[in-house]
Amino acid sequence: MTFFLFLEQTLNAFQLGVMLFLMAAGLTLVFGIMNMINLAHGSFYMIGAYVAAYVGHLTGSFFIAVAVALPVAAIVGMAVETIALRKLYNRDHLDQVLATFGLILFFNELTSIIWGPQAIFVPIPPLFAGSVEIIPGVPYPVYRLVIIAAGLAVAVLLRLLIVKTRTGMLIRAGASNREMVSALGVDIDRLYTVVFGLGALLAGLAGALAGPILATEIGMGENILILTFVVIIVGGIGSIRGALIGALLVGLVDTYGRAFLPTLLRALFEDPSVADGVGASVSSMSIYILMAVVLVIRPRGLFQAYG
Amino acid sequence: MANSTLSRKSLVLLLGLVVLLALPPVALALDEAFFISLFSRILIYALAAVSLDLILGYAGMASLGHGAFLGVGAYVVGILAFHVSEDLAIPFLPGAWTGTTSAVIAWSAAIVMSALVALAIGALSLRTSGVYFIMITLAFAQMLYFFFVSLVTYGGDDGVNLEQRNSFPLLDLGDDTRFYYVCLAVLLGFIYLCQRLVNSRFGMVMRGCKQNETRMRALGFETYKYKLACFVIAGAGAGLAGALAANQSEFVSPGLMHWTRSGEVMVMVILGGMGTLFGPVFGAIALLLMEEILAAYTQHWMIILGPILILVVLFARRGIYGFLAGDGGRDG
Repeated sequence: MTFFLFLEQTLNAFQLGVMLFLMAAGLTLVFGIMNMINLAHGSFYMIGAYVAAYVGHLTGSFFIAVAVALPVAAIVGMAVETIALRKLYNRDHLDQVLATFGLILFFNELTSIIWGPQAIFVPIPPLFAGSVEIIPGVPYPVYRLVIIAAGLAVAVLLRLLIVKTRTGMLIRAGASNREMVSALGVDIDRLYTVVFGLGALLAGLAGALAGPILATEIGMGENILILTFVVIIVGGIGSIRGALIGALLVGLVDTYGRAFLPTLLRALFEDPSVADGVGASVSSMSIYILMAVVLVIRPRGLFQAYG
Repeated sequence: MANSTLSRKSLVLLLGLVVLLALPPVALALDEAFFISLFSRILIYALAAVSLDLILGYAGMASLGHGAFLGVGAYVVGILAFHVSEDLAIPFLPGAWTGTTSAVIAWSAAIVMSALVALAIGALSLRTSGVYFIMITLAFAQMLYFFFVSLVTYGGDDGVNLEQRNSFPLLDLGDDTRFYYVCLAVLLGFIYLCQRLVNSRFGMVMRGCKQNETRMRALGFETYKYKLACFVIAGAGAGLAGALAANQSEFVSPGLMHWTRSGEVMVMVILGGMGTLFGPVFGAIALLLMEEILAAYTQHWMIILGPILILVVLFARRGIYGFLAGDGGRDG
């Protein structure tokens, strides 16, 4: 029985991990290439979730909803980059933090004006409703498996994009030496816009997929953004591979912490209420403890991309 | 030229001080007592902003987790008062101490606790710098946020109410006007302390680190220790602000250390003028007044505030204080 629970929690951890990966990949690319810290990355996640929820409600089709949410998130991302953030690439990180903090306030309020302040609950698409038995006797929700599959597919596609295509080559070149790339005649501004749009698209995808399992609400972007920061710190800034490993690690630690720590602590403490209290505190902090440990061992993350 | 800009700076500061001193009687005369509590809150956030500027503006450490210390300071006051009202011994402490409502003890405890938390967070975070530092301080603040949310004894998400404000011997803080002047005195005292600090040898080392840390290390300074000490002092200052904030609203909740709070304090510093001692005070006044005024017009005031922030970052580099005080705006 414990083994089944363990298996189930491991799949949950993977599901959280791939969501975090979708967020972290975009954020780490934008940082690695434009040297830009973007707090508003969570806003693209929120926009993806809201647009998908809205379109899904209108059309009744999950696929149309996702198909609309992705380009909307990407277009919003590229528009924001062109209008405001482009001017900040050469500025101090502090200026970037402030300007993108302003963007968060703007997008949160805009969302609240358009869709209202209440959380929206999106039904699981009928095609993926219900559960399958992954091994006999252990049912698991189909939709969560779909998320894991989608996330892994994106990871493979991203790898192909970066290793095999011309755009990917430019992205890699831009990450290692920006000045040289632009000196060689590459339209660096357009490359930046494309990378930013790609990051926003991935965040929008994460948001659209999260809709049916989490509440779609104002501020959902910031919650996942901070987890994403932890992923990037653990994985190493600028590294896609680091983002994937970091995301899975954070997913595992968080999920196992919440699932098993309280039970474990019950064995340690005599008073079960104390054990539950400590368990709740420690498990909510577990990923930050992971981050602190990584910081002590490797201050620049597990997979340092450059520098 | 130097003389005229100097007097312009002094004039701005003198005018500001007169306005802050005269505010309670004027507000009472106009029958607008609301302004006294609003400005008490502003002074408290100004204290937090000045302490953040110490690490941000003078030492060049961009911390996005300053709300954590604000929250720790507030929770120390809140928890001590909670145990008094419940007549309950504080767990994990030797002796069955049932808390206190004495301002001297509770506020000192708030300063010490937030300094200790700053020591722990700083010791880890300062192993890195730049954008890592921003994210790590943010993450640790969020960790403390979730920690306090999980403390069900102290209300979890909802926080704890204080039955009354802390008490000084001979001084009743329950009176809003008196409390306002206490906040003002604490703020001025802290600014004086910072002025002494940034002009001392220690302060020079800090500013040297901001300009070029490698050079400071080459000169033989152990920059890590200096930066950590500065981080702890700033954390203690924010903890004191938290203790005051708990008394002001007579309520403590994890919301105090939510990351948007850290962002707001950072905005105050930049808006007012980073790397100056009085700038953050102007920033706190400007931001919180702007929030009040915009909120009176529309409940969606953040949709206006957000773009204003972006414009400030893009175009107004020196902040309000630099604009008001001219070229002489640098303190120390």
